[in-house]
Amino acid sequence: MQAFKKLTSTAVPLPIEDIDTDQIIPARFLKATTRDGFGDNLFRDWRYDKLEHPRPDFVLNNPTYSGEILVAGSNFGCGSSREHAAWALADYGFRVVVSSYFADIFRGNALNNGLLPLIVTPQVLDETFRTIEANPAARFTVDLEAQTFKNEETGTVTGFEIDEYKKTCLINGYDDIDFLLSQREKIESYEANRVDFSL
Amino acid sequence: MLTRPTDNRPTALKHAGSNRNSALFRTAIFSGPVPVLIIFADPMQGTLVFVPGDSLASAVINRESSSSMSTLFDKVWDAHVVTEVPGGNQVLYIDKHLIHEVTSPQAFNGLRDRGIPILRTDRIVATADHNVPTKDQDKPIAEPLSRKQVNMLTSNCEEFGVELYGLGHPYQGIVHVIGPELGITRPGITMVCGDSHTSTHGAFGAIAFGIGTSQVEQVMATQCVLMSKPKSMRITIDGDLQPGVTAKDLILYIISQLGTGGGTGHFVEYAGSAIRSLSMEGRMTICNMSIEMGARGGLIAPDETTFEYIMGREFAPTGTEWEEAVSYWRTLPSDADATFDTEYTFRGEDIPPMITYGTNPGMGMGITESIPTKSDIHGDATLKKAMEYMGLELGNQMEGMPIDYVFIGSCTNSRVEDLRLAAGLVKGKQIHENITGIVVPGSQQVAKQAIAEGLDRVFTDAGFEFRGAGCSACLGMNEDKIPAGRYCVSTSNRNFEGRQGPGARTILASPLTAAAAAVAGKLVDVRKLI
Repeated sequence: MQAFKKLTSTAVPLPIEDIDTDQIIPARFLKATTRDGFGDNLFRDWRYDKLEHPRPDFVLNNPTYSGEILVAGSNFGCGSSREHAAWALADYGFRVVVSSYFADIFRGNALNNGLLPLIVTPQVLDETFRTIEANPAARFTVDLEAQTFKNEETGTVTGFEIDEYKKTCLINGYDDIDFLLSQREKIESYEANRVDFSL
Repeated sequence: MLTRPTDNRPTALKHAGSNRNSALFRTAIFSGPVPVLIIFADPMQGTLVFVPGDSLASAVINRESSSSMSTLFDKVWDAHVVTEVPGGNQVLYIDKHLIHEVTSPQAFNGLRDRGIPILRTDRIVATADHNVPTKDQDKPIAEPLSRKQVNMLTSNCEEFGVELYGLGHPYQGIVHVIGPELGITRPGITMVCGDSHTSTHGAFGAIAFGIGTSQVEQVMATQCVLMSKPKSMRITIDGDLQPGVTAKDLILYIISQLGTGGGTGHFVEYAGSAIRSLSMEGRMTICNMSIEMGARGGLIAPDETTFEYIMGREFAPTGTEWEEAVSYWRTLPSDADATFDTEYTFRGEDIPPMITYGTNPGMGMGITESIPTKSDIHGDATLKKAMEYMGLELGNQMEGMPIDYVFIGSCTNSRVEDLRLAAGLVKGKQIHENITGIVVPGSQQVAKQAIAEGLDRVFTDAGFEFRGAGCSACLGMNEDKIPAGRYCVSTSNRNFEGRQGPGARTILASPLTAAAAAVAGKLVDVRKLI
């Protein structure tokens, strides 16, 4: 997993709530059997019309906006568990998604792929949207070690929560599987000491 | 299981539980306030990293203090905790892992890259469902990418020793239909699948939830996931449902009240007399859509209805093992004084036949109501975008609105009881000439049962197509898609933009409402027909 420590970047605004993973990556693109290349189809049906022409009104087709931070409305990533959504965002070039809350499965998938789901208050989210609207070149700094999100335009710094374990994984690029594999003895001991009606 | 004040489980279980308790308490006592160190084995660099954290003692003590009034969720969760990770995460043992062709290939690749096997092949079952055609299932899959993906599931299962119910197998079907019907899904177990509708299995009193592909790989390699314990929610629905109102209406109603994010961070227990009186099929429909309000999963306490459903199924326990299992399952319901982080209560009588008007399952209303012009849950811009996509206007009614397609299927509503409900309504009638109607049974076994009961003929005589088993037009991964701009009344679970095909407009409803719409060619209040 790609490690994440700190970045400063402009941001792409997507002020819509409840963006589901079917929008992030439609099901018809889930036929691939590797993790690569999903960025081309990120937000496919919002980016392109049915003749495959870019929709000029969609933010990713607007050259005014760019950056490694996506700022989205609340409940980002709801719906399907498809990890392809996190792969598509990361493959497109996003390293951070900022929202006031994330759907649980998406948040886990993002963290497992070095994509930081950064939770801010609804007020900070609104201010962030307003800052980008006023100046699309506004920059933001995400510092994972300090757990801060800084609006470089206004100078406002806000803290964000992340669990210590996941923070360590992200900073070092560790996958959960490495940790779980190290727990083999405990897992076998658990199996040996239980009565089980599942088999 | 760790600490249980009144232990009425079978003797063998008490014994095992007390062993685990004493071992853990020794650890707790002697570890005291000293920070526990977590060791990360880093195979890439061959180094160890130490992360200080909270003491294990406090975690164990906290658990004891909460277990005197345990919820169903607590009991099942706590019995599956292998170890605690300071900072709030726990290593949770997974009893059953279901896989399918779409979210497993990259996980198998991961195992191959690491050179590790599947830890417990007796705990994993595979089927092909998302990406299979529902026509000509006996022939090779025509679409090359789908064929490649389904064939890869077969070769992966052969290589790693996984039981596969692939196309052509009598047990093939939607993963959340076959688990319960084969007796794989049981009370008190933990179950995962790389699919968000894994919440379905919670209907049996299991902790069942969807995971991403990285976690699919983790479960394959270690039979465990790493996660923090979700919060608990109870939704109580007392009273009787009106005639014509089904489990699907009940859950669409709840989601319309709480919104698509209302359950985020929670596992939901559904309780109350309206839930108790539902069949297992109805309970599965309820738990299935827990994810549509953002909940990780849903649960319903196991009872006689549950045991009756499981008994005699292909892989269900038998003999003494059955007796022991049932006496354990009887201990699982939430204790009378158990408390929940969040509680909601609704009245069964208040629930009408439901339809959705927008582009997420929270945008639902009673069939006779008007689309709201303002919402506490959905922002103005989101509502406006939904109306543009759906070709509808805020404030308008939808009853009587002409529709184009009817899809009866999906892990929400494709069981034989759903087909019986719909067939009962279309029997002896013809679907409207403007309607294309498709019935897709959830599994080969559902199809077999439906055919044995003559339901397939009821549907085909009425003008429906009766297809082979699969996820089909619920997500439009195969060729079963709704054309752009067309309205489809669907018994599935998601009305997201493009879900049933680019530009398709989905109206979620119960099998009864869908069948009634097929006959009428428009949205109708099924209460007026029965």
